[in-house]
Amino acid sequence: MPQPSPLLEVKGLHKSFPGVLALKGVSLHLGEGEVLALIGENGAGKSTLMKILAGVQPADSGDYFVDAEPVNFHNVRDAMNKGIALIHQELNLAGNLDVASNIFLGREPQKNGFIQEAVLKQEAIKYLKRVGLDISVDTITGSLPIGKQQLVEIAKALSSDARVLIMDEPTSSLSQKETETLFEVVKGLREEGISVIYISHRLGEVKELADRVTVFRDGENAGDLGKDEINHDAMVRLMVGRDLTEFYDRKIHSPGEMVLRTQSIVSPAFPEHSVSIEVRSGEIVGIAGLVGAGRTELLQTIFGITPALGGLMEVEGKAFAPNSPAEAIKSGLALAPEDRKQHGLVLPMTVRENASLPSLKNDQKNGMLDFEAEKKIAELAVEKMQIKTPSIEQIARFLSGGNQQKIVLGKWLAMNPKLLILDEPTRGIDIGAKREIYHLMEKLAGEGMAILFVSSEMEEVLGMADRAYVMHEGRVSGELSREELSEEAIMKLATGVEKAA
Amino acid sequence: MKKNVFGIFALLLVIFVITALINPKFLNAYNMQNLIKWSSLYGVMSIGVALVVITGGIDLSLGSVVGLVAVVLAFLLKVQGLDPWLCIGLTLGMSLLIGLVHGLLITKAKIQPFVVTLCGLLIYRSLGRWITDNQSLGPVPLEGDDGYKNLEEIQGLDYIFSGKIPIGESFNLPTPFLFLVVLGVAAAIFLRKTIWGRYLYALGNNEDGARYSGINTDKMKIVAYVLCSLLAGFAGLLFAFELDSVQPAQTGEFYELYAIAAAVLGGCSLRGGEGSILGVIIAAAVIRLIYNSINMIGISTHLEFGILGMVILLGVIGDEFLKKKMNQRQLAKT
Repeated sequence: MPQPSPLLEVKGLHKSFPGVLALKGVSLHLGEGEVLALIGENGAGKSTLMKILAGVQPADSGDYFVDAEPVNFHNVRDAMNKGIALIHQELNLAGNLDVASNIFLGREPQKNGFIQEAVLKQEAIKYLKRVGLDISVDTITGSLPIGKQQLVEIAKALSSDARVLIMDEPTSSLSQKETETLFEVVKGLREEGISVIYISHRLGEVKELADRVTVFRDGENAGDLGKDEINHDAMVRLMVGRDLTEFYDRKIHSPGEMVLRTQSIVSPAFPEHSVSIEVRSGEIVGIAGLVGAGRTELLQTIFGITPALGGLMEVEGKAFAPNSPAEAIKSGLALAPEDRKQHGLVLPMTVRENASLPSLKNDQKNGMLDFEAEKKIAELAVEKMQIKTPSIEQIARFLSGGNQQKIVLGKWLAMNPKLLILDEPTRGIDIGAKREIYHLMEKLAGEGMAILFVSSEMEEVLGMADRAYVMHEGRVSGELSREELSEEAIMKLATGVEKAA
Repeated sequence: MKKNVFGIFALLLVIFVITALINPKFLNAYNMQNLIKWSSLYGVMSIGVALVVITGGIDLSLGSVVGLVAVVLAFLLKVQGLDPWLCIGLTLGMSLLIGLVHGLLITKAKIQPFVVTLCGLLIYRSLGRWITDNQSLGPVPLEGDDGYKNLEEIQGLDYIFSGKIPIGESFNLPTPFLFLVVLGVAAAIFLRKTIWGRYLYALGNNEDGARYSGINTDKMKIVAYVLCSLLAGFAGLLFAFELDSVQPAQTGEFYELYAIAAAVLGGCSLRGGEGSILGVIIAAAVIRLIYNSINMIGISTHLEFGILGMVILLGVIGDEFLKKKMNQRQLAKT
């Protein structure tokens, strides 16, 4: 597609982090009034590129042009001066300030250091209108639902004369209705000549909104799709680099004995709802839903981190009511948490110390550490999980996300759990490690382990789950068998449209 | 870790050698005995605070616990005339209880360690003054003072806690040094060789991560505070026998700051998860040595705190610098 000189263009960008080569020479261009969707699996490098485009972090090398002129952003303000604004996945608004103050935060109209409240409000009203938001500018921002906060964030970007809006998974926590509103706003902005780079995992949305799709895979360009080439299969093929069935490689096992059963358990985060689920041995069960639907909270209640307020749980038929992770572990559960840096690992400690941490109790002699046993656990984990590390004495912080996740899995496998719980098992992991983790899940299920996983990545749920629960606002809104699993079915349940009886 | 201890040890040597060169009297037996004795007393109380700092906590009440234990011990021995060994048991029991209360308030009531132990600092100090009506008194009778029962046993205890073991012709090794060695080795083994020590480091680095791995982090934190207060109490015993008279308002005052300074200078991070017992003990000795050197060299004693502050600050800056270097080297490897 020939373009007159594009509004924004990058060529051959490289970026590396400790232990990871995040971008390996990627390119991208964006025309005026164009909505470009950027897609790719977790860890493909999308968010890294967005941060570079918006001046959050510099690239290691490569060229960046705005209006065909080379630019070199040192911070977000530089990018904003060129009209490029990032709408964060986690919104960057001051929740305690009113809407008008948030829109002009750091750019308040002032006279001799005093804020001109009247001007501020008048201007704010103008921008709220542009994003179709019908609220008072005095509203405290934190009291707004998330979808409206996002529109405030867009208004804020427009108020700084943004020409390019970068939206990082803007719909990941929005309801169906909020999503529709957002789409209307984006389409309206496109009419005004504003360009949008749109990152999403939801291929259905991409199809609806995008003029063009750029696909990343593992830090590289995997291909582009023009408006009429955009379809589900083409996008997936570019994202994973092969056909889906081959990538996930699932065999279906007949499920065995019941391992975990929850009966109307209530997690403290959603005291008004209860959840009942079951996982059998040899079964891989997914939990899908929007961000904030209560999936992680459910896992935390099952694992004893936030003990249940009510309801019953059973593990292998025995009553189970853990008040701490220690108790859940004793009953044969293991959790690889979503935030592996904060919850999964002790980053400043070595691979050995991390891998052996839960097992120390089992190998101790009168409380003394058994260094030999520890070494064995760590070496076994490195071998089984194929952790790429110079030695077991390497500090966990210096390893890549994929290898860190493998340490987390390795430390649990040493405990031989009956139920392995995985919260976003492949977030921030490169595609190679991802495949290995899928293989491992498949293998463990084949050996009879029960696996329960939460994922925001549609393809992951579709590819890996034998059965999936979909959550919406703290409760299970539906259960889908492997045959019933589809993006549409999940989205319907996830956004609160009930399953047809 | 090893490099860390090396740095602080080098600092000790440098100050030692410089002082000896400027004033040879520094090396005489009497001064050396004193230096070893006071370093040992500081060392014992710093071990406890190090355990708490490794969990990412802090104990500001340490000096008041030292003072309270010393006061109560003297009070029980002289005024109550209780069996001396019972007095030791009671005072140590009291410090253990104090630590337990700290631990429970911090883990169960979720009050910040700074606040809990700051209140402790005020409460224990005032308690000691109230019990004794703010009168100074000693655990061991001075000449002409005969208000004591169990005189023989008290003198026996005095020899144990504040005795001197002759080595060679003119040198006497103060017994607190032996206590320091025993407690230091025990603490080092606890931290490095037992699962509980590993748990303390793990939770100090990442409390959530440790809890998610099945560690009872609350229990381990309580253990750290109990050990800290217990060691402060033990240091209180040593100080009580060392001093002719215990001053309810002053004994142990500011010691928490010396102990925390020793922990930081010895390689502990107040963020938790780092530090070694050997480093902390050497750092405690450095702090005493600086005092002694200021006297020996003839610098105005008004500058004591200033010099101490500068040395600690420079030490910590140097430590951060070293750490950064090491991190970069690690990174380069991967």
